[in-house]
Amino acid sequence: MFDISALDLARVQFAFTVSFHIIFPSITIGLASYLVVLEGMWLKTGHSVYKDLYHYWLKIFGVNFGMGVVSGLVMAYQFGTNWSGFSAFAGSVTGPLLTYEVLTAFFLEAGFLGVMMFGWSRVGPGLHFFSTLMVAIGTLISTTWILASNSWMQTPQGFEIANGVVIPTDWWQIIFNPSFPYRLVHMSIAAFLATALLVGAAGAWHLLRKNDSPAVRTMLSMAMWMLVIVAPIQAIVGDFHGLNTLEHQPAKIAAMEGHWENHDGEGFPLILFAVPDMAQEKNHYALEIPRLGSLILTHSWDGQIAGLKEFAAEDRPNATIIFWSFRIMVGLGMLMILLGLWSLLLRKQGRLYQQRLFLQCTLWMGSAGIIAILAGWFTTEIGRQPWVVYGIMRTTDAVSRHDISSLAVSLALFIVVYFFVFGIGISYLFRLIRQPVIKADHGEDGGPGEHKQAMRPLSATDTSFSIESPLSNPKE
Amino acid sequence: MDFDLPVIWLIVILFSITMYVIMDGFDLGIGILFPFVQDKHDRDVMMNTVAPVWDGNETWLVLGGAGLMAAFPLAYAIVLSALYQPIILMLLGLIFRGVAFEFRFKAPEKEQHIWDKAFIGGSVMAAFFQGVILGAYINGIPVENKEFIGGELDWLTPFSIFTGIGVLIAYALLGSTWLIMKTEEQLQQRMLALTRPLIAMVVMALAIISIWTPLAHANIADRWFSLPNFYFLAIVPVLVAISIYSLMRELKSGYDMQPFISALIIVLLGLVGLTISIWPNIIPPSVSIWDAAAPTQSLVFALVGTLLIIPVILIYTVWSYRVFKGKVRHGDGYH
Repeated sequence: MFDISALDLARVQFAFTVSFHIIFPSITIGLASYLVVLEGMWLKTGHSVYKDLYHYWLKIFGVNFGMGVVSGLVMAYQFGTNWSGFSAFAGSVTGPLLTYEVLTAFFLEAGFLGVMMFGWSRVGPGLHFFSTLMVAIGTLISTTWILASNSWMQTPQGFEIANGVVIPTDWWQIIFNPSFPYRLVHMSIAAFLATALLVGAAGAWHLLRKNDSPAVRTMLSMAMWMLVIVAPIQAIVGDFHGLNTLEHQPAKIAAMEGHWENHDGEGFPLILFAVPDMAQEKNHYALEIPRLGSLILTHSWDGQIAGLKEFAAEDRPNATIIFWSFRIMVGLGMLMILLGLWSLLLRKQGRLYQQRLFLQCTLWMGSAGIIAILAGWFTTEIGRQPWVVYGIMRTTDAVSRHDISSLAVSLALFIVVYFFVFGIGISYLFRLIRQPVIKADHGEDGGPGEHKQAMRPLSATDTSFSIESPLSNPKE
Repeated sequence: MDFDLPVIWLIVILFSITMYVIMDGFDLGIGILFPFVQDKHDRDVMMNTVAPVWDGNETWLVLGGAGLMAAFPLAYAIVLSALYQPIILMLLGLIFRGVAFEFRFKAPEKEQHIWDKAFIGGSVMAAFFQGVILGAYINGIPVENKEFIGGELDWLTPFSIFTGIGVLIAYALLGSTWLIMKTEEQLQQRMLALTRPLIAMVVMALAIISIWTPLAHANIADRWFSLPNFYFLAIVPVLVAISIYSLMRELKSGYDMQPFISALIIVLLGLVGLTISIWPNIIPPSVSIWDAAAPTQSLVFALVGTLLIIPVILIYTVWSYRVFKGKVRHGDGYH
């Protein structure tokens, strides 16, 4: 039963490295835009609270950005090292899209990051704001290219196949492929939500520790407004994304819903709980609400969608996994909406910053956005299987022919190194979040190589843990 | 006029690799030289000299990878798969070194030595395996029917291990001459003292590789030594000799900046020599740039953006180096 093939190991390795990686850019995307808003508010209103928050989150942004860069380097090479069949076949499409990502996004971010991180007292406020804006735009451009590339693998078009390779015929069609707009909006909003939840949790942590201040209240308040407005929008976008998937990848939807077959003239249920069994072609322990599935997916009482049994066994994605990863994502999304509504209620009652249960829940929800992103990506990527380019190339044909021992060693190395390096990095992020929001003072900034002068993201934080003030870190 | 797109793309990719070697070579070199400097403050200074600039450097490596995939998908697929193990080890080295670089200044005093070791280990590992990759690439990657037909350990040969050591030494030379430019007093003296044996070692490594390669590969020998090629190509070793001579003189005369420039020229001439040996293959010894090229539609689409945007990138790279020019002293940087 547990007979692991080289293909499985290659897939696990990709899933592992990309899952670690996606955490960092998601937060980078959200925080960059948040920093634009903070700096914009500071310039517009002159309230120092925005400036202080800007500098507090800028340090965290820097560390996070650095880890995104290092973990991203691996991704740029892994298509070739592990997926040579795919690269040789479809590199003609993926390669140019990634090249554009590097040229228009990575270099733009790198170019303006320096001024954003260290130029506060060296350039005018307008130019500094412009730099923050450019970095944020860079993150969104990067999102656009990489999602165009991923979406093309989900819903490929604009090409023909000759001599066993993909020949692009229409770049407009390739980039604006059918699932791209939905995936782009869904993922961008997800990054904003994940960041809002992180920011909200930071605010809640400080309030629970009695580190109350206008800045702490402002960050909680802004995060909750974001949640109130954006979480419901995400649910609607998600619904459209699902309908788009139903149109282009019906087998994925059937597996997400654990839907095996239709009964004559009858709508299909929404399954709340089940363990789909791929071998026996049925669900165990199913708990269903009749017809609700039809209502959601076809917006009609008797509507039907293709069941998994309508697809050949070798063309079915694994329902056991994506039935659940999909439910984790949706469940967390529901909780986000509820948290937003709760905050609205408390805000009306004037207890937003005091109610401990709410603050504790907000703290617990701090990683919900990231978990939902991971669950969502697991759903869409495993749901694309057994194809690497949907309907065009199977994952079996995409993988490099490495020895199983070679793959096992490299996977083990990745696991050890990633947990060690990024584990420490993430603990560093948490420590930064635990620092109090202080009045930003820039009197000490010097020239190049002077005191407190650094230009690398992680070094923006001149905090050394060995000299933490006892006040900043109350005993837990 | 008909543009030979694969040739243009080869130039673009060689340019990315050159930029990467220029910009990341010396900062990997600093990691390699770390064990030869014990004083903690000197180590701080060494790191601070590259602190403002190394971040953007790795982006050139990403551009090289993405460009190779866009323009020569077959080469990207086959070369990277064939060199799987050394590439993974190089990437892990870069991760370690990247974050070690960062965490060193944040770690509590008693944990700092861990990050010093990670910095040294990561730099040595990344540099060595870049050299191994180079050696294995020159040795050739057997391809049949557009598939790699070699074995998992083909990359591991005496030659590739030697080129690994060669690149390690070359980066150390770049690092030491960079530090001569960026530091003063004792640390600078230390680097001057280290540079002389490093030059001798680089000369030896270059000589051995220049003899070994044509001996092992008849086609490469033919490229260099057949007439009339020999008359044109002899200029490369002559230029290397001139650069080494001027590097030695510059060290004696106490110039700060020129040794680094000369060291860069020596390393770049090595790259030129490599390109001459391999041309026109992208997967030596049998697959040419035209065989491996992507469809014209891909080459044109990606080239338009590349040619428009690279000049802009160069402008702000130069600008950021200018902002941070000058010596770095004890006590500078972040604490």
